[in-house]
Amino acid sequence: MRAVIALPFAWLIVFFLLPFVLVLVIAFGTNSPDSVPPVELGLNFESFRLLFTDDLYLAAWISSLRIAATSTLCALLLGYPMAYAIARATPERQPLLLMLVVLPFWTSFLIRVYAWMGLLSENGILNQFLRWTGLVPHPGTILGTEWAIHLGIVYAYLPFMVLPLYATLEKLDWGLLEAAADLGAKPMAAFFTVTLPLSMPGVMAGCLLVFIPAVGEFVIPDLLGGTNTLMIGKVLWDEFFSNADWPLASAVAILLLILLVGPIAVFQRQQARSLERR
Amino acid sequence: MIGRARLAFTLLIFGYAFLYLPIALVIIYSFNDSRLVTVWAGFSLRWWHTLFQNEAMLSAAWLSLRIAFVSACLSAILGLSAGYVLARVPRFFGRTLFGSLVIAPMVMPEVVMGISMLLLFVGSEQLLGGPERGFWTIVISHTTFSLAFVAIVVQARLADFDRSLEEAAMDLGATPWTTFMTVTLPLIAPALGSGWLLAFTLSLDDLIMTQFVAGAQSQTLPMRVYSSVRLGVDPQINVLATIVVAIAAAALVLSGWLTRRRA
Amino acid sequence: MNAPIVRIEGATKRFGAVVAVDNVDLEIARGELFALLGGSGCGKSTLLRLLAGLETPDSGRILIDGEDMTGVPPHRRPVNMMFQSYALFPHMDVAANVGYGLRRDGTPKSEIAARVAQVLALVRLEELGGRRPSQLSGGQRQRVALARALIKRPKILLLDEPLAALDRKLREGTRFELVRLQEQLGLTFIVVTHDQEEAMSMASRLAVMNAGRIVQTGAPHELYEQPASRFVADFIGIANILETGPGQWLALRPEKIALHAEPADAAHTMAGRIVDIAYEGGRSLYRVAVDEGRIMIASSANVLRTREGPFHRGQDVWLSWAADAGHPLRE
Repeated sequence: MRAVIALPFAWLIVFFLLPFVLVLVIAFGTNSPDSVPPVELGLNFESFRLLFTDDLYLAAWISSLRIAATSTLCALLLGYPMAYAIARATPERQPLLLMLVVLPFWTSFLIRVYAWMGLLSENGILNQFLRWTGLVPHPGTILGTEWAIHLGIVYAYLPFMVLPLYATLEKLDWGLLEAAADLGAKPMAAFFTVTLPLSMPGVMAGCLLVFIPAVGEFVIPDLLGGTNTLMIGKVLWDEFFSNADWPLASAVAILLLILLVGPIAVFQRQQARSLERR
Repeated sequence: MIGRARLAFTLLIFGYAFLYLPIALVIIYSFNDSRLVTVWAGFSLRWWHTLFQNEAMLSAAWLSLRIAFVSACLSAILGLSAGYVLARVPRFFGRTLFGSLVIAPMVMPEVVMGISMLLLFVGSEQLLGGPERGFWTIVISHTTFSLAFVAIVVQARLADFDRSLEEAAMDLGATPWTTFMTVTLPLIAPALGSGWLLAFTLSLDDLIMTQFVAGAQSQTLPMRVYSSVRLGVDPQINVLATIVVAIAAAALVLSGWLTRRRA
Repeated sequence: MNAPIVRIEGATKRFGAVVAVDNVDLEIARGELFALLGGSGCGKSTLLRLLAGLETPDSGRILIDGEDMTGVPPHRRPVNMMFQSYALFPHMDVAANVGYGLRRDGTPKSEIAARVAQVLALVRLEELGGRRPSQLSGGQRQRVALARALIKRPKILLLDEPLAALDRKLREGTRFELVRLQEQLGLTFIVVTHDQEEAMSMASRLAVMNAGRIVQTGAPHELYEQPASRFVADFIGIANILETGPGQWLALRPEKIALHAEPADAAHTMAGRIVDIAYEGGRSLYRVAVDEGRIMIASSANVLRTREGPFHRGQDVWLSWAADAGHPLRE
């Protein structure tokens, strides 16, 4: 039994925990472009100072959080009704409906984002549609804007929102709604006073599963966003690959981690509690 | 209440359309006789021919498949152990840390994991002459990421498991190990199988971590697709997308069938 | 040979703040059909699990056939259990289920096949070896579970609520079968049940448990006619408890009380009025209100096939019983 615990534990400590320690170490290093690797170890706060003071980086932090938050909200607004509809469907249909939600997730993330590139481009289907219907005769290109990023995040992470919501809603005792109605609650009131509060664990899990990775998203802003849409994941990538500034990239990673430790901890406690309740 | 469900149901349909429209378009345009995805020029398989003669793409695909297979197997073993421990061992030294370490990769932004893994391999190269960046570094990164998903699936399945079956086996003379191998494992095998499939898919699709830890020689399929896509829309990618969707659909159906086959 | 096959010495088991088994001493003789009887939460199942090795006592010893088995894990004990839920392996057919224990011992395949066939014939399931548990009825599953536990000829067979999941008619038939099997095979059976009728009719000896302790052990007749406490008197069958002095009571069984339409002449008499008659077919229970608002329960067999019994509700009656009809209690 001890070996069974030790095996994954050791793996995770070596390949997950230890790397983070290294990131921390490098974040305090100095950029030295001529050595291999291009870092000089030491105790240099320059990278962190830059990230806290430079306008560009601050803007990137803020826009990342903002975009992630609004995308999460949009995903919730679309995902909740979807999960609700599936949970209310007949038990025979539910697996199929769920599978249809999950299938895009199993399809390549990259390809799905790529699909939106074509859709949103200057002469893409969306614009063609808008022109054809006369709704918007001169649509600007959505590709390259923040709208595209929002769209991309919601699109890519929707299954992550729907699944935990479905899991919670599926366990709901629908008799409670009937009791509420019997006691005089109108459907809307019943929803807000009974269904929504009881589905909160699912809402929390879904929002965390979307928000946390979305903050650090790279592919979506890179392919769908423009040069003036800054997200922190892209910053990290550029600092590392384009500028070869490892300490700075590491500092970004550390700060991102610190920022997300709170939400991650909440998510983990949620997970543990939901499994205990079984 | 009916009105509420109807609104929800409408949004469900809209949601499906939202999810599938882009994919459908990509598939349709893989058969387009023109380079553009904005104009339909007639049905053609030319891009299919082109893709299958694209050496670079094919070798990248082969590499990705091999990586995915190995990392899925490793994830399955590690995820099985981790999931079992989380489900069955209530207290041990470092359990909270263990639980956090298992789940965290699920939500961690990939750029953070990517950079940390690269630094690990660079460090190990310096200190130990390390593994060379390529196949194994990618496999290790993917495994670390995927084992979380397998662990969750296994843990959930074990939580539903009827423990009196294990007690009966022990009562009849089976050691704890034999009990696991003859009773527990066969019955959770479908869940483990779908965990394997999930790990396989995640590995096949991974871009960001791979980009960090792959060496100069290794180009996985997502890496190729990414570099191609940055330059704009490419009909060969459409073809690839169609293939990927078909495989994903098959894998998903298989996984669903497995999880429903609870013996 | 006359040494007890099971000896439990001072066994205690706690689950958190709950003491499930509280310093229990028990001896069970070879070849007995012994019953552990009690309500839910009394500790009988925990005690059974301690014997099986599925739980380890916090203190005390468990000796099986003279050997101290206190820390020994279940797969090394000469004990087999028939689980309440049957716990049949869903991914194996009946024959594989039944032969599981023998495979673990490394018994040669040919011998396994022969013994499986033999034991399936014993429980009358000869034709069903190839079926899966999901394809069997509840009664059939129960017999598979029994066969699986019997095949290794354990020193002790533990049965956890063996009849609980069966319907009424099946229960009675199975009860006889279990007794017959036990006598035929000469094994020691330990049955856990909450159903006192079941325990009384099956067991050669039984123990009544309450709150983790054994309150009385003995043959069914002893427990019924000579209960050690008000709890036992009340738990088994129906009893009228009469206070006869400070700290003294008398337990009086309903069938020991005779009903009369006129004042009777006997060692003990009491006057009252019938408030309710429960007609149970073979017998009727009469709830009689006597002095100070107390209710006495008397019963008599319905020997005659008349539509109305000899008594009716609201009737004034006299109760009588013999001098030795009641049993004195000090608890």
